[in-house]
Amino acid sequence: MLSKIVRTVANQLIVFILIFGLYVIAHGHLTPGGGFQGGAVVVSGVVMLLVAFSSKDFKKSLRERLLTIMESTGALIFAILGFGGLGTVFFYNFLVGSPIFGRIPPTGPGPGDFWTGGFIPLMNFAVGLKVIAGLSAVILAIALFARGEEMEE
Amino acid sequence: MRTVTGLILLLVLVAFLVSGMLLIHPFGNPSPTDMDDYIIENAQNQTGSNSVVASVVFDYRGFDTLGEATILFTAVTGVLLLLRTVKHKKENP
Repeated sequence: MLSKIVRTVANQLIVFILIFGLYVIAHGHLTPGGGFQGGAVVVSGVVMLLVAFSSKDFKKSLRERLLTIMESTGALIFAILGFGGLGTVFFYNFLVGSPIFGRIPPTGPGPGDFWTGGFIPLMNFAVGLKVIAGLSAVILAIALFARGEEMEE
Repeated sequence: MRTVTGLILLLVLVAFLVSGMLLIHPFGNPSPTDMDDYIIENAQNQTGSNSVVASVVFDYRGFDTLGEATILFTAVTGVLLLLRTVKHKKENP
């Protein structure tokens, strides 16, 4: 556990880091970024909290079972969306033109519409969930292993 | 003897790298551009995504991204298998 100044600044900063990471995930089909990058941003905030506070405070809130379930859910959503377009071809974007994320933007540069992209936003959410849970589990396991502590199931 | 051999190998490596740097394809005008032009023209109509990179990563090359996700899953599984020591709750008799 670091000093009170570091802890207070980390407490204020984590909100902005989480919001920015979720923004990068949610706008993956409009701006540079996506599930992997936004998830890495969120996990960097988790690492900051882990450095500022002690890993004992994290054992109760970040449980191993919850993280593995979250990661498996993300992978399952990703694979199911890939199989969803199997009527045409594997990973066919079957949601274009449908009421869910189905609008088609005009060709050429434009400001972008959030309600576009077919299954690309859903896949970004799935990959973001997977990256957040998986990398948080890895970081927490390494931190607890370095301190010789046990992980809560 | 070893320094002479090392020097010769270093010169060969330097010649190889310099020739590779000089003989590289000129930047900015690649010769086969059919697939690039197709993706740039049709990505917004076919996938509805304004970011063409996202449409390539998740739609045109979605199978590749599935492999990427599998790599991440395998890495997390390996780290958790090797490094964790889980405290099991004692069950009440």
